[in-house]
Amino acid sequence: MYFTKELLEKTSTMRQKWEDEVKKAVAKHADLKEDWSTVSSLPINRLYGPEDIKDMNFEEDIAYPGQFPYVRGNQVSGYRGRHWTYRMFSGFGTAKDTNTRWHELLAAGQTGLSTAFDFPTLMGYDTDDPKARGECGKCGVAIDTLEDFMVLVEGIPMDKITTSMTINPPATILWAMYCAAAEIKGVPLNKIGGTIQNDMLKEFIAQKTLMCPPEPSVKLISDTVEFGTKHVPRWNTISISGYHIREAGSTAVQELAFTLRDGMEYVEDVLKRKGLDVDEFAPRLSFFFNAHIDFFEEIAKMRAARRIWAKAMRDRYKAKDERSWWMRFHTQTAGCSLTAQQPYNNVVRTATEALSAVLGGTQSLHTNSLDEVWCLPTDFAVQIALRTQQIIAEETGVINTIDPLAGSYFVEALTNEMEEQAWDYIHKIDEMGGMVAAIDKGFPQMELADAAYKYQRQVDANEKIMVGVNKYVIEEDEDIPLLDIEDRIEREQIGRLNEVKRKRDGKAAKKSLDDIKDACKTGENVMPYCIEAVKNLCSVQEICDVYREVFGEFRDPAMY
Amino acid sequence: MAKRKLRIMVAKPGLDGHDRGARVLARCFRDAGYETIYTGCHQTPEEIAAAAIQEDIDCLGLSCMSGAHRYLFPETVKQVLALGGEDIQIIGGGIIPKADYQMLYDAGLKGVFVPGIALDDIVKWIEENIVPNVSE
Repeated sequence: MYFTKELLEKTSTMRQKWEDEVKKAVAKHADLKEDWSTVSSLPINRLYGPEDIKDMNFEEDIAYPGQFPYVRGNQVSGYRGRHWTYRMFSGFGTAKDTNTRWHELLAAGQTGLSTAFDFPTLMGYDTDDPKARGECGKCGVAIDTLEDFMVLVEGIPMDKITTSMTINPPATILWAMYCAAAEIKGVPLNKIGGTIQNDMLKEFIAQKTLMCPPEPSVKLISDTVEFGTKHVPRWNTISISGYHIREAGSTAVQELAFTLRDGMEYVEDVLKRKGLDVDEFAPRLSFFFNAHIDFFEEIAKMRAARRIWAKAMRDRYKAKDERSWWMRFHTQTAGCSLTAQQPYNNVVRTATEALSAVLGGTQSLHTNSLDEVWCLPTDFAVQIALRTQQIIAEETGVINTIDPLAGSYFVEALTNEMEEQAWDYIHKIDEMGGMVAAIDKGFPQMELADAAYKYQRQVDANEKIMVGVNKYVIEEDEDIPLLDIEDRIEREQIGRLNEVKRKRDGKAAKKSLDDIKDACKTGENVMPYCIEAVKNLCSVQEICDVYREVFGEFRDPAMY
Repeated sequence: MAKRKLRIMVAKPGLDGHDRGARVLARCFRDAGYETIYTGCHQTPEEIAAAAIQEDIDCLGLSCMSGAHRYLFPETVKQVLALGGEDIQIIGGGIIPKADYQMLYDAGLKGVFVPGIALDDIVKWIEENIVPNVSE
């Protein structure tokens, strides 16, 4: 019990008195609207008090930072010893273009790198494939072979800077390129650090970067977990992502529940398939959440996430190492909360969302730029976004104390409620036979479709407000400056790819691909063969074609 | 000849998987009473054109968020026409800068829709601008 019985008796009387006063006040002056709920339509009370958290147990449910269930953070010292990592997602055009942007970002005070790849690279196609037409360098950097990758990391100290790579179906290949590049630059694998997103379950649920069916996709992920555990101990081999689930239209609770259930699915597969002990690999699992516009809902979501994961790892999977119980996560502010209309307002939205991520205890943060609703960001817009994080860290004073909202009746009650609702979803998915089975049934996909449609109807009906879209609308004639990716980049990239294929040792490349095919068929770990293949200048698509041939191609089932 | 229900196809050309808008629209069109077909992500212009002809649709709605609309939309129009789909009205939407509207209209698109337009306004536009092909 969080409060004594005597206190609760007293507060009960006081609350009744307040409620009577509210009734009178509202009768005289009605509330502005009937529905008071979060952006996810979770109802919120007018007030929270001790009675709303009376069943909490301080020792079990809250405790102190660095203590189970880590709701107040994993680190005992909070942000005083080290801010979160300022990790701006970037990548556009050619490897050279992105490398230049990276050096600018590092010079501006960014502390980690994060790579956006273009759609052909994300989907495992080379720039010269007919499916890739028109896409080269548009939404990220184009990488076809290790030659491109070496240009990307030119001058980057790979033993000091950690790099995150948003890559999913071809994650084995891009990670192999990172490992190969490190070896070529003389940095041993046990010195490099970073993250590959490598979370296919959320692709089937939300983002639809698809290649092979769910089962073999999870197998390739387990290969990376095993390889990382044995050879690249500082690497986070999966970034279990709720970000895209939320962007695709989920509620905050769905983001929380589906992401954590995805994480459990990966843990179960590695345990079953690789025979590793849970404490050997669980400490390197990392997460990635969205920071949406509903301030307290997001903070509660992140606090609940840490508590659910700690309980699941300790009780469901019997992990004994405290580091296995920690949920470490990156956060990105919500792209879908930004508006094309009056785009400068996006700076305010992003700042609010970033603040929620910090109060939620994130380890790393990307703040969206004001122009990202339109295109990849311009330098000027990126600088404002990065400065937003620096202002929060160094001017506002919010990092002076750890988890400042703990003990708030509202925040604790909301944290509890989100945890409870998330467990309901998790148990439902357990009953379906796990997340792969739930995806086969279309369950999470349809939950998202329902939520996205409901929200759009709410915006159209002015029940949820988007300033500049359905309220305070003005006539705008001028576009903001946009970053244009020239179409000539595509021709140049294809030229480079042809050149690499012409000058490489064709026999060695072919043998590497055959070796990968054999490994796929026998179930052997593909990672060592991928590293060999990228060194022999096999392209992303050549290796993915092997995966598609052996494992089959998965096409979007087009549910709505 | 009786007027038939409007048949509409929502399609996503290219490699972009951001399908929230496309799926919301497909459901909106279904709720509006149209016969609705959704292709799913990652279709080539050729695949979309073939499906459009086979499904005998009145209207084709293309969605693209990746910036590749400048190639993909005109190419899809071209492929639809190549298969004899002159009667199919093609519209498009997504992250499309104003500077690109004219080139898309020039390429044969009848309408361009960007974020912030209410679903009912899109349906209203269709009611006013798309006439179902008469049944045979």
